[in-house]
Amino acid sequence: MEQAHEILFRTLADPTRRAIFERLCREGDQTVGALTAQAGVSQPAVSKHLGVLKQAGLVRDRPQGRQTHYSAQLGALAPLVDWTHRMEGFWEDRFDDLEDLLKRMDQ
Amino acid sequence: MTLAQPETRTVIVEREVPFPPERLWRALTQPHLIEEWLMKNDFSPVVGHRFNLRGGWGGVLDCEVLAVEPNRTLAYTWNFTHDDAAYDLRSVVTFTLTPTPAGTHLRMEQSGFRPDQPQAYGGAKVGWRQFFAKLEQVLARAD
Repeated sequence: MEQAHEILFRTLADPTRRAIFERLCREGDQTVGALTAQAGVSQPAVSKHLGVLKQAGLVRDRPQGRQTHYSAQLGALAPLVDWTHRMEGFWEDRFDDLEDLLKRMDQ
Repeated sequence: MTLAQPETRTVIVEREVPFPPERLWRALTQPHLIEEWLMKNDFSPVVGHRFNLRGGWGGVLDCEVLAVEPNRTLAYTWNFTHDDAAYDLRSVVTFTLTPTPAGTHLRMEQSGFRPDQPQAYGGAKVGWRQFFAKLEQVLARAD
């Protein structure tokens, strides 16, 4: 089974797709039409990107009348902010303190 | 079945320091020095010694010394018990010191076993506990 973070990395590796996702994060719900107006690609291409984002759990669609509104699901990014990142930051900080200590220590 | 498998993660942080391994070793193994850069502790460089690291945030880590090779290698478990699987952690921290012309290359590797998403990895907790029990058996035999 592919790990959650691998799916997310692959999904967001495409710059057009990432731009669509970022826009949904920044500006909230959007229709395909509104997204297409700024995406610089055709509407079918935007729809396809939204489909991939939806499969990765990064966006949710909500039909409203004839339009479908898309919204970003920030919770889906949680696997990327996992303990490895936190621990890396922790050890870098600790090693900074360790270096300070080494300088102060007697031979 | 893949769903029951734990996620294995490794964090590696490396640093070049302009000091000999001996000095670094003291900082890694003397309790009053460990406290200055890491956490309050009752560490002792003896394989099998169990100790706690007490963080400023009130958290207590359960640790056991797994390997001691003066001026070269130090390894201990780094476990944090929490009812919420999202915070529960079973890991091993290994420090490796390598002398360089300018001082010492310090490498810290932390390997952990924790389900990333408890709800998606039902049963994973049991899975990695078993894995860890096996790891401990392997380590015990390696003595």
